[in-house]
Amino acid sequence: MSKPLSRLLIHPAPFLKSPVDTPSVMFDVLLAALGVTVVAIFSFGLSAALVVAAAALGAVGTEYLFGRRDLHSLADWSGPLTGVLIGLTLPPGFPLWMAFLGGVVGMGLGKVAWGGLGQNLFNPALVGRAFLQAAFPTAITTWTPNGQGLTALQSSNLALPMMHGTVDGITTATPLGLAKFEHHFTGTLDLFVGNTGGSLGETNAMLLLLLLGFLIWKRALDWRIPVSIIGTVAALSAVFWFMDPTLYPSPVFMVFSGGLLFGAIFMATDPVTSPMAPKGSYTFGFGIGLLVVLIRLFGGLPEGVMYAILLMNAIVPHLNRAFQPVPFGRGRKS
Amino acid sequence: MSGFAHGVHPPDNKHYTEKLPIRRYPFPRRVVLPLSQHIGAPSRALVAVGDRVQRGQLIANPGGFVSTALHASVTGTVVEIAPYRVSSGALVPSIVIETDPFDAQRLEERPPLDPSALNNKDFVQHIQMAGIVGLGGAAFPSHVKYAVPEGKRIEHLVINGAECEPFLTCDHRVMLESPEQVMGGIAIVAERLGVRSTHVGIEDNKPDAVEALRRAGGGKGNIQVDALHVKYPQGAEKMLIKAIHGREVPAGKLPLELGMVVNNVGTMAAIYDYFQTGKPLIERVLTVTGPGVAEPANLLVPLGTSVREILEYCGIKPEVTQVIMGGPMMGQPLAELDVPVQKGTSGLLVLTKAGMAKEYACIRCGRCLEACPELLNPQLLAKLARGGRWEETESRAFVFDCIECGSCSYACPSGIPIVQLIKTSKAELRKRQRAK
Repeated sequence: MSKPLSRLLIHPAPFLKSPVDTPSVMFDVLLAALGVTVVAIFSFGLSAALVVAAAALGAVGTEYLFGRRDLHSLADWSGPLTGVLIGLTLPPGFPLWMAFLGGVVGMGLGKVAWGGLGQNLFNPALVGRAFLQAAFPTAITTWTPNGQGLTALQSSNLALPMMHGTVDGITTATPLGLAKFEHHFTGTLDLFVGNTGGSLGETNAMLLLLLLGFLIWKRALDWRIPVSIIGTVAALSAVFWFMDPTLYPSPVFMVFSGGLLFGAIFMATDPVTSPMAPKGSYTFGFGIGLLVVLIRLFGGLPEGVMYAILLMNAIVPHLNRAFQPVPFGRGRKS
Repeated sequence: MSGFAHGVHPPDNKHYTEKLPIRRYPFPRRVVLPLSQHIGAPSRALVAVGDRVQRGQLIANPGGFVSTALHASVTGTVVEIAPYRVSSGALVPSIVIETDPFDAQRLEERPPLDPSALNNKDFVQHIQMAGIVGLGGAAFPSHVKYAVPEGKRIEHLVINGAECEPFLTCDHRVMLESPEQVMGGIAIVAERLGVRSTHVGIEDNKPDAVEALRRAGGGKGNIQVDALHVKYPQGAEKMLIKAIHGREVPAGKLPLELGMVVNNVGTMAAIYDYFQTGKPLIERVLTVTGPGVAEPANLLVPLGTSVREILEYCGIKPEVTQVIMGGPMMGQPLAELDVPVQKGTSGLLVLTKAGMAKEYACIRCGRCLEACPELLNPQLLAKLARGGRWEETESRAFVFDCIECGSCSYACPSGIPIVQLIKTSKAELRKRQRAK
């Protein structure tokens, strides 16, 4: 009797713990991102797998070499998640060495340099992508078409380091590019099932909505953020569309095209770089939606999701301060 | 049904003991009765080593107004008055009584005392001399709540039958098995205080308790029995008032501020017993439960019984890792088992899985903010406390509003010991306060 009780464990209450932990949250999101990757492989062939793998390798390798070891940084799945997300924002024919470099920069400048998980201000995956967009503007806007079979591999993927690849086959344009520069609006069904050109992870709207449902069900993300982004974009673009449906795209097109769903589900919801309190989340989502509509409709670029999220990341500390909860019994009207 | 904002939903784990009737625990060989079993000044011993005492006999007087009397929980002989280790780890002067093995341990009963014949001052004194404290766990001397300050009035009595701590079922069983005592105690206190309304709040995972109290007279006149949402910490005083009356007790104030008093159901039964038979607080119901117990039980235990004896009585599995006094959310882990059951001991929880959660970096997910029933910012509190920025935990994050319910630590996916950091900060601030 006294034997098993001779060594009792002492630690402060509580002695119950919610089963949701940081690795499980990250893993759920990673699982969803890998689901997107599998569908991207069916759309864009082997290229998709290689681009995602190269970016993930760059990110994980950088965290392994330079990241903090004391807080189990490699055990929490956030590193691979960042890498996979960078890969999914790139075009299918993107040179692999560039994708790898994007992973290195995203992880290095976006996360490790800030002190690791939980310390960074900007979404590391988007830092990586922003770097690639600045460094390789042509490669990141060269789109190869989907539906070339599972083994499809673009010769530009295999460009040697420091070299730009050339695309042998035909290239295509994204729905947003077509809308902006050629004034052609892609049909809703094509957007919905991903029958368009675009970055690896962004084309299939139906898949992304299903995964949003999965992540909300797993409580792996704050649903307020994607809901308010999508709602804001739909509402604001509806206003312009009603004014002139020939000049401005419909709300459906705005929501289902480009990286909006992908960014709203996978990028804006990064807990580290989004607000903590519910009101902060709504404001954050509204800000992103507003910036996306402004950039897409009135800016020089066809797409604005990445910049919209990065800009709103910058004011998250202010949102956290502005939307402190009012403590119980301190002046709330009851 | 009504509720309060935020909170968490831990598995309630009541299935171990909720169906088990209360059993009387055999009288132990000896009892250790600490002179400080309540919040406030310690009691003053009236007996000396060698004295023979009767079960229920007064053995210590209140040591001040916020203090209560103490009574012998067995008939026997005082063998020692010395410091003994209690659950908190502190050494507390205690009266040790060796039980007379040949005594029948019968309690002297007196005829019922009519509380309405007493004036308020006498009523308060009776409760104090009966040694009655809040049996919900905090062990605050009950009479203090009934000594209403000049100019204040108690309009509403709120009775706490929520029992929101997972695993614990002692209040549940008392409501089921002694509804007349509970309702009788409520009637005494309600009449004495002259309240306009009385509400008994019970989480609706105990519909049979709601039913039992209603059958015993609840729901008639101005006494209501309310079924409340199952949500932790529904039984926290301020959350209970919010759920029942929709009002928030101002930060840093007592329910008295809103003309309310909150009491536990077990306390009501103890008050009824006292006025009916003269029985002071010498025993209490506690739940022995958890995956590490061979035979979980709800036991009526004499105060001062050793925890080790009770666990041996119920049987302990070899894979035990932790013994908690109280519930899993706010209970106290025991470093050693040779400590006595006290007035505030609501349960013994025996766990077989070890340890604190592995800690990861804070990802600022906000789950703690959505868990905190006090609507504080636990993430900020933990960050400031970890940085040793004690003053800021008060000036920027209202650290003293925290009721230490543990909801934030429960919810935190990164396993950060948020409540512990908050408690540390409070202790540091109090230390500085005293130094001034």
